[in-house]
Amino acid sequence: MDLTAINPILLLASLMVAATPILLAAIGELVVERSGVLNLGVEGMMITGAVCGFIVAVNTGSPWLGFIGAAIGGAILSLVFGLLTQLLLSNQVATGLALTLFGLGLSALMGQGYIGIKAPSFPDWHIPLLGDIPVIGPIIFQHDPMVYVGLIIVGATWTFLKYARAGLILRAVGENHEAAHALGYHVIRVRLLAIMFGGACAGLGGAYLSLVRVPQWTEGMTAGAGWIALAIVVFASWRPGRLLIGAYLFGGVTVLQLNLQAAGVSVPVEYLSMSPYLATIAVLVIMRAGRAPGSLGQSFHASR
Amino acid sequence: MIALEKRPQPSRFWTFATPLLAVILTMICGGLLFAALGKNPFETIRTIFFDPLFSEFAWFYRPQLLIKGAPLVLIAIGLSFGFRAGIWNIGAEGQYIVGAICGAAVGLAFYPTESFIIFPLMIVAGALGGLLWAMIPGVLRVKFGTNEILVSLMLVYVAEQLLASMALGALRNPDGMGFPGSRNLSQYPSAANLEIIQGSGMHWGVLTAFIAVIFAYVALSRHVFGFHVRLAGQSPRAARFAGVNPAALILICMGLSGALAGLAGLFEVAGPAGQISIDFNVGYGFTAIIVAFLGRLHPVGILLAGGLMALTYIGGEIAQSNLGLPLAAIQLMQGMLLFFLLAVDVLTNYRMRFGQGKPA
Repeated sequence: MDLTAINPILLLASLMVAATPILLAAIGELVVERSGVLNLGVEGMMITGAVCGFIVAVNTGSPWLGFIGAAIGGAILSLVFGLLTQLLLSNQVATGLALTLFGLGLSALMGQGYIGIKAPSFPDWHIPLLGDIPVIGPIIFQHDPMVYVGLIIVGATWTFLKYARAGLILRAVGENHEAAHALGYHVIRVRLLAIMFGGACAGLGGAYLSLVRVPQWTEGMTAGAGWIALAIVVFASWRPGRLLIGAYLFGGVTVLQLNLQAAGVSVPVEYLSMSPYLATIAVLVIMRAGRAPGSLGQSFHASR
Repeated sequence: MIALEKRPQPSRFWTFATPLLAVILTMICGGLLFAALGKNPFETIRTIFFDPLFSEFAWFYRPQLLIKGAPLVLIAIGLSFGFRAGIWNIGAEGQYIVGAICGAAVGLAFYPTESFIIFPLMIVAGALGGLLWAMIPGVLRVKFGTNEILVSLMLVYVAEQLLASMALGALRNPDGMGFPGSRNLSQYPSAANLEIIQGSGMHWGVLTAFIAVIFAYVALSRHVFGFHVRLAGQSPRAARFAGVNPAALILICMGLSGALAGLAGLFEVAGPAGQISIDFNVGYGFTAIIVAFLGRLHPVGILLAGGLMALTYIGGEIAQSNLGLPLAAIQLMQGMLLFFLLAVDVLTNYRMRFGQGKPA
């Protein structure tokens, strides 16, 4: 075992990369849950996004188009969930589980011809000045563009929820859908839009795995990342700022255990691989979750 | 415009008709999917749903139906109690794995002693293993209010890693020339889950599944526990007034589903699978969720639904080898079935009104 082989700067740098897929999926789910819908299908949407993005990127040669394809794929799949839960009033927990099972099957089928191919990568880019700062530069400013896109989405979501009128309506729908309906807001429409945003973000998160992080397509490659994203939303008490902390915390655990594996720590690899999941459970236990949106998980049906 | 109007009571007719409708819709959409994959839809549907039962090789496939159906039914029966009460244990896959590991470990500890007591001990160990694994999300929910959905699911991934470490480490066959995987329990008479009637597929797990169905039926319709479960699901407030202890209900439902999933794992590892290996689990724990819903959380329904899902597994394998249908297509079809079921369920609780509804 050689712990000195772990370079702290590289460790912190890869932390941001490891956190990005979870962060993207979690910010989408946060918006969905703030609108009062519990979509447990994040894992299914992520893996579908991963395969959609991979297929588009391989066929067009452009990772950017891949990410757009992933967002569209994730949004379309989430629309199935939206139609079932919002228009046909099905149980959200069961439908979310169905979405995950369906997404895993769909992605495995779609990705059949794409196993073992390498994804086209982003062209090397370098942020001038900021990237050259010693220590901080490599940690924060030398990543691929999607890391920053993720941060921009988080910032934009925070602004939207806090300052925009539409954000206020979305929160009102999530807190009390009867009252929001009585005020004349379209509960179902708002929720469908939120669900699609959640699907698109989960798709982006999945595509980040298949296009940047791995970058290959393998069946079931999300390996629980969607569920960890769900846990982080609870951890964050449905607030975007804390979401960022949560995602980086988990990114840190993931990267640390990978580094320990590489350094040859005398703990078996399997036990190290368990650690992100165990950390998720530990955090769920230790952190008292804040108050959930009032109408979370309840179907809305305007009685006549 | 189609408007939905809530029924005062769920429709009895649609309660029975919706699963059938969902299966028919899945067959139609599955057919379209197979056509899109370049297969003859009618031939594929026939291969999946009818050949395992009625083709000239059906004598070979019918026992498989019991072998594949038993774990699904056993796990789904356990899950149905929790699902009825609004307690979502979706980590049955992990409890299945841990039950198998514990049961196999007990059996392997006695190797090569022969005694009639070994197999019963393994059964107890398997059930206890699953029970304890399910108790983790149960106790955390009761003590700390954590979400049992997320914790039970996280533990599936932990259990998969544990399985890998057992197959490569503690339980590895010492005579296996370094290959991963344990000794083959089905070749160790005292620990083997043998067929009760030779060639019928009827092993002890199948028998246990049938017994579980009967017990679940009696418990749900005749026992006060079943009443509490149903009450807690339909009206948590009324349940509290009726003296139902929510914490106890959570622990019992989680423990019951975990123990049954553990049993399913044990019977699988000692019989059809034979050994602890890295790819021992094949997703029964997740498919059982579909089985539970397809069976409307009713024991008899679950028995039928388990049979149907087992059929799609076997039919899927036949279609894979004969027609070259990718196995993922079957997985997709199973997911589709759950979707359709949830979608047509609206007919049970709501009435369709066609034409212009009154303004809201």
